[in-house]
Amino acid sequence: MSDRKYTKDHEWIEVSGGEATIGISDYAQDQLGDVVYVDLPDVGQQVEKGAEAAVIESVKAASEVYAPASGEVTARNDALDDNPALVNESAESDGWFYRMKLSNMSDLDGLMDAEAYAAFVEALD
Amino acid sequence: MNIERTTISGARGLDRDEPLSFEQDAPGRTGVDLPAAPDAPDRLGSLRRQGGIGLPGLAEPQVVRHFVRLSRMNYAIDYGLYPLGSCTMKHNPRLNERLARLPGIGDVHPMQPTSTTQGVLRLMSELAHWLTELTGMATVAMTPGAGAQGEMCGMMAIRAAHEARGEPRKRVLVPESAHGTNPATAAICGYEVDSIPATADGRVDMAAFEAKLGPDVAGLMLTNPNTCGLFERDIIRIAELIHGVGGYFYCDGANFNAIVGKVRPGDLGIDAMHINLHKTFSTPHGGGGPGSGPVVFSEALAPYAPLPKVVQRDGRYELVEQEDGPRVGRMKGFHGQFGMFVRALAYMQSHGRDGLKQVAEDAVLNANYVMEKLKDLLPPAYPGPCMHEVLVSDRGLDGTGVETMDLAKALIDEGYHPMTVYFPLIVHGAMLIEPTETETRETLDSFIGVMRGLVEQARAGEETAYFKAAPVMTPRRRLDETLAARKPVLRWVPEAPVAEAAE
Repeated sequence: MSDRKYTKDHEWIEVSGGEATIGISDYAQDQLGDVVYVDLPDVGQQVEKGAEAAVIESVKAASEVYAPASGEVTARNDALDDNPALVNESAESDGWFYRMKLSNMSDLDGLMDAEAYAAFVEALD
Repeated sequence: MNIERTTISGARGLDRDEPLSFEQDAPGRTGVDLPAAPDAPDRLGSLRRQGGIGLPGLAEPQVVRHFVRLSRMNYAIDYGLYPLGSCTMKHNPRLNERLARLPGIGDVHPMQPTSTTQGVLRLMSELAHWLTELTGMATVAMTPGAGAQGEMCGMMAIRAAHEARGEPRKRVLVPESAHGTNPATAAICGYEVDSIPATADGRVDMAAFEAKLGPDVAGLMLTNPNTCGLFERDIIRIAELIHGVGGYFYCDGANFNAIVGKVRPGDLGIDAMHINLHKTFSTPHGGGGPGSGPVVFSEALAPYAPLPKVVQRDGRYELVEQEDGPRVGRMKGFHGQFGMFVRALAYMQSHGRDGLKQVAEDAVLNANYVMEKLKDLLPPAYPGPCMHEVLVSDRGLDGTGVETMDLAKALIDEGYHPMTVYFPLIVHGAMLIEPTETETRETLDSFIGVMRGLVEQARAGEETAYFKAAPVMTPRRRLDETLAARKPVLRWVPEAPVAEAAE
């Protein structure tokens, strides 16, 4: 968990074995309320840092989920198609969104670690 | 004494839950006594129907009661205060209805020869005149069927204007405080949507806006007053800047009620704006529909406004339906929502120019009255006076465990349609309250009393379980919106399948 990074838009990204896993933070799922639908990128799709990569819809709102880094999508969490509630139950593990091969490791520079993100969220409330 | 009672029938007083008509089916029961089919040879062969047709069998009084019972579960502007923000649920004057039913108006057919419909065309022409005068714009397209189609009409005209100049463009700027349909409209018209953040006081962030301007920007879609219930004070500068890069300025006129008779959008530099006749000009909406969203255009976009239009030639009114030129295509069949045109013009003429100005003033006054009376318990999301609607966040409920949704549901038990909730998205737990000008001070005071009472109960912490379960006095308790969205049941299916036609 130590190398997990967070964005100001409440996405998390964790690199392991040349592949990064992306999802939304537990704070984000709590703010959204019950998630009813997640639109994930397709395998093979190129995503660009800061651009829309997925869409999440809750009972309150539909929101874009931005890519925390650029790269090529290598896997998507198909379990969310049938059970979007996984995002609420387990945003930072089983409720992951997609995996990708990073184009540029330096994209992760400037993202927050867990401690900095916790402080960032604290300041929002 | 606090007596709770679960009724034997499940009814709550005179209100009862009502099964679907299909669930009340008694095969063969009917309200019409048809003669037996003649004993004639069947010539349909294999095309003959094999099974039931799936319509419920009900007697006439069952059908009548079914729909009357359903109607009692509805909430209407004719029943009570309807403070749904950004919807302008004002009273629909009965005078409008009377005029819409006049012989010659209520029974006119769209395909009658224009020699027999001169009065009707004149009515459309006069309404068009009022709309262009009130907005200070060059022309109007009357046909769009509602606000969202009006937006589409305006954005199609903007696209046509750029294409006519041989320079199609890519991006449309949309502030975060715009209506949700604005980015959807830009996207469906083929544009990339670029969002402009709001400032801490709920207006367009001018620095961010200027930074996003460029030669690929087709235009801006702005709602004014915006969905924070605030007037965009930099609007003239915004218009200058968007025009400076060759873009056009689309304004969402959904909130025109706050400024009608006070400000002319044309004077602000707006190029296109739809007007919801069903909001500002009191024609019915909210399940009662239909909407009507005429679009006014500046000189710059007038050549692209869609037909038809009414013109006067030699003292006669004509409906122009075809013309060479760069206009965008027809938006709707025939003349548009003519019945709404009658009601809107009746409203305008019965109020007059001075009356319409007072409409805007009273709408703003009522919203500010509500804001002032609630602000110690429910602080406004942004400082200063509001326009026609007041936006509060859920700060007043912090630490109570009661959320915006729970408060809205409790309002139903108190006999009110809830305000708009969780919109705009930029405010946490948003509650958007639009009382409109047609409510009395007594009605506003009652509503304010209920809102204050509910917030105080939430803060006292003793009723949290109630808030989480509300509404409890309705024939149906709180609906499971999450389940409905995750596993929607879109079609009734009989429990025991009826015999299907042979494959």
